[in-house]
Amino acid sequence: MTASAPETTGTARPARRAKAAKPATMGQAIGRALRDAMAEDPAVHVLGEDVGTLGGVFRITDGLAAEFGDDRCTDTPLAEAGILGTAVGMAMYGLRPVVEMQFDAFAYPSFEQLASHVAKMRNRTRGAMPLPITIRVPYGGGIGGVEHHSDSSEAYYVATPGLHVVTPATVEDAYGLLRAAIASDDPVVFMEPKRLYWSKSDWSPEAPAEVEPIGRAVVRRAGTDATLLTYGPSLPVCLEAAEAARAEGRQLEVVDLRSLVPFDDETVCASVRRTGRAVVVHEATGFGGPGAEIAARVTERCFHHLEAPVLRVTGFDIPYPPPMLERHHLPGVDRVLDAVERLQWEARS
Amino acid sequence: MSKKRQSTPVVDRRRPTGPEDVPEAAEHTVTPPAWRPRVDPGPLLPDESPFRLLGTEAAQEADPALLKRLHRELVLGRRYNTQATALTKQGRLAVYPSSTGQEACEVAAALVLEERDWLFPSYRDTLAAVARGLDPMQALTLLRGDWHTGYDPRAVRIAPLSTPLATQLPHAVGLAHAARLKGDDVVALAMVGDGGTSEGDFHEALNFAAVWQAPVVFLVQNNGFAISVPLDKQTAAPSLAHKAVGYGMPGRLVDGNDALAVHTVLAEAVAGARAGGGPTLVEAITYRIDAHTNADDATRYRGAEEVEAWRAHDPVELMEGALRARGLADEAAFAAVREDAERFAASLRERMNADAELTPADLFDHVYAEPTPQLREQAAQLRAELDAEAASHGEDLR
Ligand SMILES: Cc1ncc(C[n+]2csc(CCOP(=O)(O)OP(=O)(O)O)c2C)c(N)n1
Ligand SMILES: [Mg+2]
Repeated sequence: MTASAPETTGTARPARRAKAAKPATMGQAIGRALRDAMAEDPAVHVLGEDVGTLGGVFRITDGLAAEFGDDRCTDTPLAEAGILGTAVGMAMYGLRPVVEMQFDAFAYPSFEQLASHVAKMRNRTRGAMPLPITIRVPYGGGIGGVEHHSDSSEAYYVATPGLHVVTPATVEDAYGLLRAAIASDDPVVFMEPKRLYWSKSDWSPEAPAEVEPIGRAVVRRAGTDATLLTYGPSLPVCLEAAEAARAEGRQLEVVDLRSLVPFDDETVCASVRRTGRAVVVHEATGFGGPGAEIAARVTERCFHHLEAPVLRVTGFDIPYPPPMLERHHLPGVDRVLDAVERLQWEARS
Repeated sequence: MSKKRQSTPVVDRRRPTGPEDVPEAAEHTVTPPAWRPRVDPGPLLPDESPFRLLGTEAAQEADPALLKRLHRELVLGRRYNTQATALTKQGRLAVYPSSTGQEACEVAAALVLEERDWLFPSYRDTLAAVARGLDPMQALTLLRGDWHTGYDPRAVRIAPLSTPLATQLPHAVGLAHAARLKGDDVVALAMVGDGGTSEGDFHEALNFAAVWQAPVVFLVQNNGFAISVPLDKQTAAPSLAHKAVGYGMPGRLVDGNDALAVHTVLAEAVAGARAGGGPTLVEAITYRIDAHTNADDATRYRGAEEVEAWRAHDPVELMEGALRARGLADEAAFAAVREDAERFAASLRERMNADAELTPADLFDHVYAEPTPQLREQAAQLRAELDAEAASHGEDLR
């Protein structure tokens, strides 16, 4: 699966294969990152709905309240603005809150706190009062969720200066990026691709890989003919598409963006300049989605290397479909391969 | 409808009075299993009318030093309000939401706090920050427009002025909660307007505060209006103070123009919070004498008579009357305070008349701990534009 894909990064940092690795899921890795961060730094507090006794609806925070107490892992009243708003106050007093939003679409009530305060406080105070808050948002579809449980809401966050927006696609990154997010003095929206919660990798919580800084994309699969630019839940789709394309004689490079803000123009453009073609793949709607920004950036920076317009394979511009129809909405391998076909191969001879 | 109604007879449910063939009801006197007794609402309820001290017997016993201090701050505060309003007319402030008429609340809120406590002001509460000791230049930065906040909140324990209504309230709760978890006996006092109490954040903040028993005091300045909208379009609650009861915290109603009464009620709430007694909601009944801001035309929604009626209940005059009645100050003493206020206003005017120092690079420097590569590019672009502008100005001079 994704974890066994070759990893050659722009920063050329090889993945450290953990000792005594056993299969672990992304959900477990996220929980472990929370635990390790809490153990290391007493300022780290987890708060959210059902995160205590229950361990969260996805069981990500399982065991934290038992280990650290209710004051460190707190079941809050049901109020997303209140959760994030009180987290702001806690951060003002020197704590490092990690907030769990139960689902993508249930984070919306907190948006005012996010846009008006979390994103702006450092700038407002000329750096005097940064807010080291991590906001974990399980996002995306593919789990058969009924309405309000499958939104890809990243574009809202990406469009809000002052926030970092990070999303892991592998078990290793889920751990490493979350540790980096919690350690960051800036607010980080940590978007968890919920359909990958159960994805597995040989990863040992006892010897987790080094924590990479936020803001670097990674080449998950090397290729020469075209670049698939993707993140989060769409990475496995792109890797599968690249494998299928190989059978047809096309070598696709797959870049996992990992961080939407900051955006790693360097790694992305280096890849596109090598291959001359690019397709952006994500679940979020296309119009005004992150792919629009990415396609524009690539075009602005790599125009003379491009053999074809940058294409996008995204969700349709519709409210997220009901579970029985979601497969028509989600970008799948065929749609990715179709887009690759449309990259004007005939022009190059 | 019969006018003569018997009071409902007391029915012994264990002995049904129905026909003989109805089977006897099984005894079932317990409450629903999920019901649990909650707190007695009685002690949480606000008084029937706003608590007052000035002009009553009780004011006779008030500490003379406190009265004099409140008076001085009120006079300075009134002068600060008129000066800041004047600065908008001179183009030195972008906008000013005056607290003229509300000085008693502003001043009392500042004076009840210890140095380690935190104040969470709204856009209308620069006076509270100034009365707490903040340099008015720093308090007015947002309204001058050279930056969004003019001070380090942690250094002065004053949160940035909050413009989005009621959003500062959950911050106060979170901060107070964090302090309590750390074992620090810090209290947060958060200010909000009557209109702000309709916002969801008001509800969420009060609920969190009560559940967490956070050491917070919420001060609602009910000044009659949210811009143009009067309170009866805002709420159907018996009073704003009554809202506290639904959260399980005490609600207190106070005459917001009686500085001594506001100080007393707030001080009690602060002491209670500090001692672990949890949050309190205080509603201060006051009046916004000026328009919402200098950009507003209040004649569109209220009559002059109403304003005049409130001018007769002026917080500064109330306090002067109390000092006179107690023989604690004579005309010379009042004149001396007014002179201090003039000096304070003159200094503010002078400093505001100097052009603000602007640093465009600041626009990019504080968005993140480290500017992103994209922001670095954009900063370089602006720098180049400014350099080019400077160069062309240089040519013009030559
Ligand atoms: C969330 C939000 N909505 C609207 C506004 C615009 N606005 C600014 S002040 C104001 C009235 C607020 O009235 P109130 O809470 O009574 O405070 P006051 O201005 O009377 O002090 C409004 C609607 C705002 N600042 N924030
Ligand atoms: Mg008002």
